[in-house]
Amino acid sequence: MKKFTTLESRVVPLAVDNVDTDQIIPARFLKTISKEGLDRNLFFDWRYDAQGNPNPDFILNQPRAKGAEVLITGDNFGCGSSREHAPWALTQFGFRAIISTSFADIFRQNALKNSLLPVVVSRDIHSKLFDAVTNNPDYKVKIDLVSQTLTLADGTAVEFAVDAFAKHCLLEGVDEIGFVLQQQDAIKAYEAKRTGSINTLAAAP
Amino acid sequence: MSQPRTIIEKLWDSHVVAEQPGAPTLIYIDLHLVHEVTSPQAFAGLRERGLKVRRPDLTFATVDHSIPTTPRSLPIVDQIAATQVAQLEANCKEFGIPCFGFHSEHQGIVHVIGPEQGLTQPGMTVVCGDSHTATHGAFGALAFGIGTSEVEMVLATQCLPQRKSKTYQVLVEGSLHPGVTAKDIILNLISRIGIGGGTGCVFEYCGSAIRALSMEERMTVCNMSIEAGARAGLVAPDDTTYQYLAGRPYAPKGADWDAALARWRQLPTDDGAQYDKTIRIDASSLEPMITFGTNPGMGIPISSRIPDPSAVSDPLERESLVKALRYMDLKAGDPLLGHPVNVVFIGSCTNSRMSDLRAAAGVLKGRKVNPSVRVMVVPGSQEIKRQAQAEGLDTIFKEAGADWREAGCSMCIAMNGDQLAPGEYSVSTSNRNFEGRQGKGGRTFLASPLTAAASAITGRVTDVRTLEISR
Repeated sequence: MKKFTTLESRVVPLAVDNVDTDQIIPARFLKTISKEGLDRNLFFDWRYDAQGNPNPDFILNQPRAKGAEVLITGDNFGCGSSREHAPWALTQFGFRAIISTSFADIFRQNALKNSLLPVVVSRDIHSKLFDAVTNNPDYKVKIDLVSQTLTLADGTAVEFAVDAFAKHCLLEGVDEIGFVLQQQDAIKAYEAKRTGSINTLAAAP
Repeated sequence: MSQPRTIIEKLWDSHVVAEQPGAPTLIYIDLHLVHEVTSPQAFAGLRERGLKVRRPDLTFATVDHSIPTTPRSLPIVDQIAATQVAQLEANCKEFGIPCFGFHSEHQGIVHVIGPEQGLTQPGMTVVCGDSHTATHGAFGALAFGIGTSEVEMVLATQCLPQRKSKTYQVLVEGSLHPGVTAKDIILNLISRIGIGGGTGCVFEYCGSAIRALSMEERMTVCNMSIEAGARAGLVAPDDTTYQYLAGRPYAPKGADWDAALARWRQLPTDDGAQYDKTIRIDASSLEPMITFGTNPGMGIPISSRIPDPSAVSDPLERESLVKALRYMDLKAGDPLLGHPVNVVFIGSCTNSRMSDLRAAAGVLKGRKVNPSVRVMVVPGSQEIKRQAQAEGLDTIFKEAGADWREAGCSMCIAMNGDQLAPGEYSVSTSNRNFEGRQGKGGRTFLASPLTAAASAITGRVTDVRTLEISR
């Protein structure tokens, strides 16, 4: 996993609540067996018209989206399916942080495992920032994971919450799997006292 | 005397492998279900790291999402899908995981075959790279969807680092009226609390109306817990659960069964246990539900009118409703009853089991599908397909003019070519009505199998209760 420490970037506003993962990447693009090339299909049905031409009204097709690493969007971002293709597509497009008032549980977990930082802010801050960003394509925010602060262009510093362990993994750029693999003794001890297990390898119908 | 606990807390406590300061709790996974779409990158990760599958004996795979529902004698024409299916079968072979593959006579939707085979049992933790894993909660299991990184984690370690969720009691008391189903209970709940209403929570469905449901109906309710944002949803096990499980291929037998039963009986929530949240629903007040918008929370009783955005105070919420009505090409204040329908889809991990097919066949028997409607009936598994055929349901569907297909996710997720054309309307028994979910530009009304079958006959959104009267 890539390290995440600080970030200063322009912000892309997506004025939609409850953006579901079927919008972030439609299911028909999930037939792949790799993680590559998913950015092409990010927000595909909003981004392209029926003929496959870019929809000029959609924010990702506007010049301001180029090189921007932060997305600000509505409540409950990433609801719906558990597809990790959603954060893969978002990070491949170039996003490193998403600001919202809330995130769906599975999406939040998936994002953190891919160095994509979900930043939850209050409704007041969200609406202030959203308006500012909408009116100014060059508006920049700073995100500092160490101090867990989002700094607005006017210097207002807003603290945000991050799970302590996820933060550690992001700052170090390590996957959780290494941490769990180190706990073999605890896993073996638990397995030794388990009762009533199934055996999918036996009793085949 | 120990503190009274909910079943959710009991399930959590009994699966704690390790707790360390500053880290999430490591919990053990009893059953890991795997399918073709969310696993290839996880297996690739194992190979890159040189890891094995720790417990292939607690892992089970099938193909469901990207496979065609045309006869199995035909090859998978879509080469990208064919590669994905072949990759799963190859991964399972390499890592020693049992798999009901494309040609298996036991293949089916992953959330249908787990219970069907008796793999899903009370007291378990169950995960799958699919958000509808909550289905297995119907057995009193803690079952939730995970991403592909977590699939890799569970394959490698059989564990997951997790933070405890809040407990949310959904108390449904009273009796359902005829024509009102389990699907209507869950659509009603989601319409009340919204699609983010359960975020951070695990639901426990309780009350007399839940107790009265069959296992298949409980699966329908638990299945859509994620549509309210909940991580999982479950029903405490009871005699209905045990009767369903007894004799299934992977269910315990003999003395093991007796021991399991003794353990399972300890699972239900203790008297006096506290929940973080509670909502009450009066089952007798429910009507058949249908969605009108572009998320499962945008649902209404079938006889009511489409909500007016101008009555919504929150600006972003109002904008979402306006956007949804524009996408659906519907007008605020209009009834949904009588709205023309192009396609009816009966299937998915929500409603593709025997009781769903029997309910739909009961409405369609001796009637004809409206010529303007394409009707697809997709059983949840090959076992269900055989059983339905043994009962003659396939004949009822075919004589009515419906298409009887092979098992899979089909038009619920529209990955396999079963899809709506742009602008078409469906009444669908599946779980999601997001924009484009059933095909780019397609418009979905979510409803029960009864409502779907009734609408197939008239070619319009129809209240099954009025159909029964006119018969």
